[in-house]
Amino acid sequence: MIESILIEGLIYGIMVLGVFITFRILDFADLTVDGSFPIGASIMGIFLLKGVNPFLALFVAFLGGLICGLITALIHTKLKIPGLLAGILTMTMVYSISLRIMSNRANISYLKVPTLFSKIQAMSAAFLSPDLSILFFSILVVAVILVLLNNFFTTDFGLCMGALGSNPQMIISQGMNPEIIKAVGIALSNGLVAFSGALASMYQGFADVGSGSGIAIAGLASLMIGEFIIRSNKISALTFRVILGSILYRALMYLARKYGYLIHMNPNDLKLITGLLIILSMVISKTKFRKKPSVHKAEASHA
Amino acid sequence: MLKLENISKIFAEGSPDENRALKNINLEIHEEDFVTVIGSNGAGKSTLYNVIAGTMKATSGIVSLKTKNGIKNITEDKEHIRAHYIGRIFQNPLLGTAGKMSLEDNMVICSKKGYKGLKKSLNNKTRDYFRSQLEILGMGLENRLKDNVELFSGGQRQALTLLMTLMSKPSLLLLDEHTAALDPHMAQLVMDLTKKFASDDKLTVMMITHNMNHALSYGNRLLMMDGGEIVLDIGAEEKAKLSMAEIISQFKAIKKKEIVNDQMLLQ
Repeated sequence: MIESILIEGLIYGIMVLGVFITFRILDFADLTVDGSFPIGASIMGIFLLKGVNPFLALFVAFLGGLICGLITALIHTKLKIPGLLAGILTMTMVYSISLRIMSNRANISYLKVPTLFSKIQAMSAAFLSPDLSILFFSILVVAVILVLLNNFFTTDFGLCMGALGSNPQMIISQGMNPEIIKAVGIALSNGLVAFSGALASMYQGFADVGSGSGIAIAGLASLMIGEFIIRSNKISALTFRVILGSILYRALMYLARKYGYLIHMNPNDLKLITGLLIILSMVISKTKFRKKPSVHKAEASHA
Repeated sequence: MLKLENISKIFAEGSPDENRALKNINLEIHEEDFVTVIGSNGAGKSTLYNVIAGTMKATSGIVSLKTKNGIKNITEDKEHIRAHYIGRIFQNPLLGTAGKMSLEDNMVICSKKGYKGLKKSLNNKTRDYFRSQLEILGMGLENRLKDNVELFSGGQRQALTLLMTLMSKPSLLLLDEHTAALDPHMAQLVMDLTKKFASDDKLTVMMITHNMNHALSYGNRLLMMDGGEIVLDIGAEEKAKLSMAEIISQFKAIKKKEIVNDQMLLQ
């Protein structure tokens, strides 16, 4: 039970990292996520079915998400369509493409094909329980992604991406086209989401074209939960708390599924709960932020 | 240095709301000039800046600028391309820095124009360089490299913007009422810094101001704009002899009309 929460939290945490890049770093509300998550799953599905190396499939899934992000960025910057709408457009169009990728099927079961996870379980069967081996693998993958992201966001280009969300005029004044930096960020974000979708499909045992519905909102909820735990302006803390938030969110959902019947709740209510959770988080963080400026002023005058 | 030829800017051309914001402006700014620009609201000062900086494209006319690579016609260049040669500081102190990032990160972004690669320039050597630059401001910011910029006061942020804009050595510096949002003490401090940087780095500067004292006491040339035209253009010698009252009377003489609202012009 605890292993499955951790594994889900880690795998979906990669998706939340993508949401973090668009919503927090770029200040761009990107709903492409709902489309890039299943496209990752469908690419993984068809590749596994054809017996392609799962690592290659993961890489192609990442590229697939990257392209989804680029499409949203192009619709938004070149056609001047508002970001929210651009994301929804891509998400809707990608739904059809995901179905096409899976040869017009809505889902692909991995029951009869070996996945990356089943291979890992087989390899470590002698010394680890199946759940633990997947858990260690997930920790490893997430750790590598965190290290790469933390490094990326401390490079000069990564810093510019951070500044773009905070102040686009500054990027223009420094001789850069903000559209290009934004496109790179959105593409990277959706690449991560599709990667997460591919992993999640292997964990669930099937690729499903509907697996993306509500993913952006689940990501946002995880993100906000994380922001309650750690306050910092260090990028390593910011990305780490994303993963923590994701694990906590999955734990909350698990509890709601497991003990929800006590208050006559059933799994169909989970999306309602997620939405309410986000609203609650926003209300709490708003009241918290209202107190913040006075603290800042005091610090500034002391210096 | 900067040359504007027959620049016109017409908003909503052909509609009943047509507004000729700039009327056939010809202007040449020489190297190391410090030009102050005054004029009432709606005179066309900001539009002039927008056309020079590339925020807007002129309806007609040619903008050329002498850069490190010789004289360049920049009429067709977008704002972020022109930003390689032109530094601009806005009235709003928040526009020059990224508040949610630390001071050192802000300085990395501004230390070089154009796209940055995947290298990490932030190390102890660059930190020392940043500290030495921040010491020039005399605000103690050199000890706060790790602090988020949003913790600084408006005046500190504007002084910082000035410093960071000049780190990449622009050919032309446009100041757009850059002290108007600051308290008088901070405004004076930022003006002193502006003057110091301008003479130390031999900068070419244009400064819009609503502060008549600043317009008269700083710079070697004064432009007065009204109704989209440059109505007065005087050099250093003449400027030194001018008093505030004379400027107002000159303005009235040129326009041959009473200024309805002196307050708007002079604050």
